[in-house]
Amino acid sequence: MISLTDAFESGSKLCSFCAQEKITLAEAMIRREIARGEMTREEILEEMKKNLLVMRESVRSGLEDYIESVSHLSGGAAMRLFRYAKYDPFCGSNTCRVAASAMAVVEVNASMGQIVAAPTAGASGILPGVLLECGIERNWTDEQLIQGLFCAGAVGLLFAENATISGADGGCQAETGVGSAMAAAALVELSGGTPEDALNAAAMTIKNILGLVCDPVAGLVECPCIKRNALGAANALLCADMTLCGINSLIPFDEVVATMLTVGRDMRKEYRETAMGGLAVTPTGKQIAEKVKHFQEIERRNETF
Amino acid sequence: MENFSVFDIVGPRMTGPSSSHTAGAAKIALIARRIINRPVKEVRFTLYGSFAETGRGHGTDKALIGGILGFEPDDPRIREAYKYAKSRGVLVNIIMSDEPTRHPNTVKIEACDENDRWTEVKGESIGGGNILITEIDHLEVELSGDYPTLIIRHHDEPGVIAEVSHVLAQMRLNIAFMKVFRHGKGEDAYMCIETDTEVNEGMQAILLQLCKCIRQLIVV
Repeated sequence: MISLTDAFESGSKLCSFCAQEKITLAEAMIRREIARGEMTREEILEEMKKNLLVMRESVRSGLEDYIESVSHLSGGAAMRLFRYAKYDPFCGSNTCRVAASAMAVVEVNASMGQIVAAPTAGASGILPGVLLECGIERNWTDEQLIQGLFCAGAVGLLFAENATISGADGGCQAETGVGSAMAAAALVELSGGTPEDALNAAAMTIKNILGLVCDPVAGLVECPCIKRNALGAANALLCADMTLCGINSLIPFDEVVATMLTVGRDMRKEYRETAMGGLAVTPTGKQIAEKVKHFQEIERRNETF
Repeated sequence: MENFSVFDIVGPRMTGPSSSHTAGAAKIALIARRIINRPVKEVRFTLYGSFAETGRGHGTDKALIGGILGFEPDDPRIREAYKYAKSRGVLVNIIMSDEPTRHPNTVKIEACDENDRWTEVKGESIGGGNILITEIDHLEVELSGDYPTLIIRHHDEPGVIAEVSHVLAQMRLNIAFMKVFRHGKGEDAYMCIETDTEVNEGMQAILLQLCKCIRQLIVV
């Protein structure tokens, strides 16, 4: 017998717990939240619904409103890709729309709009992009989408407890990687997959981007973060499909989680959100950083009084 | 951080772009606003470490101003915080410091309320929108802002902690976390008590009346 308290210690324990209680990952997550003793089931569902509504609005805004980031480095890419989706794109119009929706949220984030961190602000696009866009295709109700968010939360929690969800700690793999893993698991569970299936998809997403560094140009959550959310969304779709057709990850979920942490810790600090390595220190990256600094100095003079 | 909530993973709802540099900064300033407990007419923010380095690009300045005006970290008005400060006549001064600090994302807030009283609050944004208030008026504290918090300054003598917790128990206030500090044996001591429910003004009055040992009570 596995208790609810121990269930989130590892993926395998969580799967055994779900099998023992005959519940989904989402339900296990809800029960754990109830057990924290701060909210009732109704309040927990209501709180997640609020997150869903903010996610939906952030996707809409990123796709429909004219958006520019505070630094003027980004904006409009999501809208462009979404419109292009109907012109027979190579990756298929669904993937194109999902990726565009993911970018939309991170563009809204960069413009100081309202988003839901999933698991962080830098990776906030993948989960809503994937779930909401696939939900439109498949007519998922808000109740189903909310279950998807709890399932995603359960997977993210396993990473948070056993590895890390911070770019400063584990690089981009810990942020957009975990965001993809959460989204892939949610797709699988909403499609009737077992908890093992959901974690299988999550394991594959991380394997695909293992070692991805966090190297934000000018230290901002824009380049390459916005496009990496598009990639993360596509990665989630692919791993969900690979799982649903019966492909297994040779390396089990828990070992992938542990490896992600080891690889993250092995990264030099230049590759962990410090903007001192990778794309941030390319000639163009440095030039952009200088420009942003200069622009901000002008803006500061105008705003301080 | 341990004992994560699902809402630490799918959440928080926040104004972008950075959970540590924007949402965390807004929360520190919002808690400072609650500690001051009155509208602020002048404020000086000193940014250290990574806040000073990349804060401007992350809108850390706007988040801090929004917070001190009382905006929650997910309030879209943060984007135009300078405008709101101006229209409310709040004087804002932002200073970038290269002085080393314990945590890279640290801010010192010095604010003057409408009664010309200055309060100084220091906070750290420790990741994912979570924060720690580490100093209030040069007093070292440690509070997360996630729970209603009582900060009690009292004389360091036996029985004070028991007395305060007894009164709290009688008011059916459950203590979630409690930390005690002191400057030295027999000198000023402090209790930082995070509770599960709000401590309303009536309760504060009762606490001050029954616990004569309390020299100062700050409610967050």
